[in-house]
Amino acid sequence: MTGWAMALFQRDLRLSVRIGGSALVGVLFFLAVVTVIPFGVGPDLNLLARIGPAILWIGALLATLLGLDRLFQADREDGTLDLMLMAGRPLELVILIKCLAHWIATGLPLVVAAPLLAIFLNLDPVSMGAVTLTLLVGTPALTLIGAIGASLTVSLRRGGLLLAVLVIPLAIPVLIFGVSSADAAIHDPVPFVTPFLILCALTLIAAVVGPVASAAALRFSAD
Amino acid sequence: MAFWDYANPTRFLRLVQVVLPWLIGFCVLAFAAGLYMAFFTAPEDYQQGNTVRIMYIHVPAAWLCMMCYTVMSISSIGTLVWKHPLADVSAKSAAPIGAAFTFMALVTGSLWGKPMWGTYWVWDARLTSVLVLLIMYLGLMTLWRTMDDPIKAGKSAAILTLVGALNLPIIKFSVDWWNTLHQPASVVRMDGPTIHADILWPLLIMAVAFTLLFFVLHLMAMRNEILRRRVRALRMRAASVSRPGTAAATAQPAE
Repeated sequence: MTGWAMALFQRDLRLSVRIGGSALVGVLFFLAVVTVIPFGVGPDLNLLARIGPAILWIGALLATLLGLDRLFQADREDGTLDLMLMAGRPLELVILIKCLAHWIATGLPLVVAAPLLAIFLNLDPVSMGAVTLTLLVGTPALTLIGAIGASLTVSLRRGGLLLAVLVIPLAIPVLIFGVSSADAAIHDPVPFVTPFLILCALTLIAAVVGPVASAAALRFSAD
Repeated sequence: MAFWDYANPTRFLRLVQVVLPWLIGFCVLAFAAGLYMAFFTAPEDYQQGNTVRIMYIHVPAAWLCMMCYTVMSISSIGTLVWKHPLADVSAKSAAPIGAAFTFMALVTGSLWGKPMWGTYWVWDARLTSVLVLLIMYLGLMTLWRTMDDPIKAGKSAAILTLVGALNLPIIKFSVDWWNTLHQPASVVRMDGPTIHADILWPLLIMAVAFTLLFFVLHLMAMRNEILRRRVRALRMRAASVSRPGTAAATAQPAE
């Protein structure tokens, strides 16, 4: 069983790293969003330090949304998706593996870039670490929730915008707990661990609901 | 087996024809009584004055926007589990009504908020979660519109509706965590309602009137949707007949 899973994982990872350089484009987009914010709110370093975690989280959310439409679309265009549906492997597991590969190619670079971008936003080392940790735990949830939207819109020709509209309301809890646990590490009105554990729980819930719902949607869109 | 009897759209339409005039009648009566009580017999609030009357529209609309999502979730289970042919018609026609009630709750709420809180909009927990609900209704309606095949669109929308139904309590909880200013629930409580009977009775009658209005609009919208699908099927058949040699018209389960 591990043989095909590993093969699928490596294939997806290789495709997303080599074709189109999606990882680099995602990080560039993240950088662009973070660069644009000071032009909007002004170059006040104290203000930027206060809203820094929120800016990083919103940038990560937008960068994740941008890459999601490629999750199933390329496989649908060349017919691989139909083969995966007919292969008789558990489709939920296939989707979980694809999400994992997609996250490593697009989500992990965002997490790695976050400390660097935090310097631009005048974050101190403690909050820099807190934001990076919350992004590490929270961005898989964004990818897994986004998989539902990606599979619902896979048959549409221009589904990217609709995907974002469908996914953003579902991603609100992740955003709230990601930002509030990062904030808790800085000003601590509540201990850091409480919202952080809820964020972990949201990721685990997304790891169950995302693949199941997305597998159902792919099965219906195929027949 | 009444549930399955009405899987036949023709039989369902006959039922609608019988039930609808009665529902409309009761709805008009309930609105007449409720509006009269709300505007003339209900007392002014000692703090809020006449603005308290906005509540008789606002609170039933807010209840209805949640009930409407419940109806859509049950219909979605009907689509996915039992493949009931009318379930996705029901879900599809409930969505715009739900969006309208949500919009009404938001608008009346912000009109009431201006004199009371001094601002039209605050990022308070309840307001925010209702706004998220509105975005979800609009997203669902868009998903239905972007797919040509009504059966496939129905199944996709059913999945999204159910994921949303799982997610709405989480959104509610997380937004509560995030910020709270709105007054806590004061009608449905364990130790009885905290508002006076003179205000409670018009409110309950208005809630009944709004619920009846929902069912009237929902049945009418379902009837229109069934007729619209029949027109679509007839057109496809006509198109395939006028060009012989092409494939015959595909069967429409919701015919």
